[in-house]
Amino acid sequence: MFSGYDFDVIQRSAGYLFREGMTFTLTLTALAMVGGIFFGTLLAMMRLSKFRLLALLAGGYVNLMRSLPLVLVIFWFFFLVPYIGAWIIGAKDPVKVGSFLSCLITFTMFEAAYYCEIMRAGIQSIPRGQVWAGNALGLNYWQTMGRIVLPQAFRNMLPVLLTQTIILFQDTSLVYVISATDFLGAASKVANRDYRLVEMYTFVAVVYFVISFGLSTLVKQLQSRIAIIR
Amino acid sequence: MNYNWNWAIFLAAEPGGTGTYLKYLVVGLGWTLATALAAWLIALAIGSLVGTLRTTPMPWVVRAGNAYVEFFRNVPLIVQMFLWFFVMPELLPKDLGDWIKQVPPPWGSYIPAVLCLGIYTSVRVAEQVKAGIQSLSRGQGMAGTALGLTLGQTYRFVLLPMAFRIMLPPLTSEFMNVIKNSSVALTIGLLELTGRARAMQEFSFRVFEAFAAATLIYLLTNLVVVLAMRALEKKVRVPGLISASPTAGGH
Repeated sequence: MFSGYDFDVIQRSAGYLFREGMTFTLTLTALAMVGGIFFGTLLAMMRLSKFRLLALLAGGYVNLMRSLPLVLVIFWFFFLVPYIGAWIIGAKDPVKVGSFLSCLITFTMFEAAYYCEIMRAGIQSIPRGQVWAGNALGLNYWQTMGRIVLPQAFRNMLPVLLTQTIILFQDTSLVYVISATDFLGAASKVANRDYRLVEMYTFVAVVYFVISFGLSTLVKQLQSRIAIIR
Repeated sequence: MNYNWNWAIFLAAEPGGTGTYLKYLVVGLGWTLATALAAWLIALAIGSLVGTLRTTPMPWVVRAGNAYVEFFRNVPLIVQMFLWFFVMPELLPKDLGDWIKQVPPPWGSYIPAVLCLGIYTSVRVAEQVKAGIQSLSRGQGMAGTALGLTLGQTYRFVLLPMAFRIMLPPLTSEFMNVIKNSSVALTIGLLELTGRARAMQEFSFRVFEAFAAATLIYLLTNLVVVLAMRALEKKVRVPGLISASPTAGGH
């Protein structure tokens, strides 16, 4: 079945695939992870807040994001971000936003909902007595959260956060739908130009497999190393 | 925001001549559900089998099950779609491949989409089935053996009936994932709900009306699924258990 398989096309385009495509994919993954965990933690704190309105708003946002397909959310933001940009700077017409920035905003906002649920579970796993102890010591809400609860929540949830990041890494391939040049997008451009779909798509699958499998093996090792024996 | 809303667009005729845009989107929902349900049947069948086999005391079977799960879990769904749609017909014998390529639309993209989504989801179902079986206490399997049941009978009469009831909440969220993931099929040309919202946006230039309608339809669909599954959970609840909690993450 590999007769007529043109390995050369992979070799010829590898530079382009990794320099353009993989850089896009990895940068997007890393930045969206940082942004997603930041906003996700804020959302989780809002969801657990004693102010009902904050909890309701955050809960509504998270449930909305989690009920929609990522493809639809990518389309939403792709068309919405120019209008939001115009609204922020007070321009009359929608501003031009590059595909990378649009993708970054999309994935940060979308993944924040998923990271939020992880962080919420992490915060809820901390015994309430620790918060009381913080209060008794005279720490305010931000000090209790920042110095006592969140560090432990992060530690407990680290493997889950990383697993979600591997899912995020795979999901970034969906930016194909707005023709962004991520790893898959770059490969598909070469595939259609040279009419080498079989070679390019199997190569893409192999690369994604190797990276995701490698990362998830690392996460498993990490998990067994940092597991706290209770 | 400087955007002129025009909700009347849904009553306008779509250029394909099948009726209004509203009908166009609702038919899209039909395709989404048809894809998701067919894929779900495949996922349940293969996932239950693979998940169960991975808990058996046969090392080779477990290893084969693990390899299956690892492969389909570590390749993005859209890449798997492309493998089924573009690559598979080329790797099959030439006559069969040519025949597959000539299947008329929408079936030409519907069938690969269902197969792809079914197998992709079967891996997640297999993980849930395995977790469900392993959450049962060891004594249950031992009791089965002590009663003289064979391994197959122990699974059939003791372990699986319990495990499937415990697994119901995580399976619900997997089912909702299938509905959402079916939108990826638009990349191989299946006009399901998201694909049709996108097409409507291109025909009519009504960006936000189209996506708002699709969003609303997805939310309503989710609501119906949640309510239906809640009723089912109530019906098959195991007396005496608090409840099994769904796992976070994934989509």
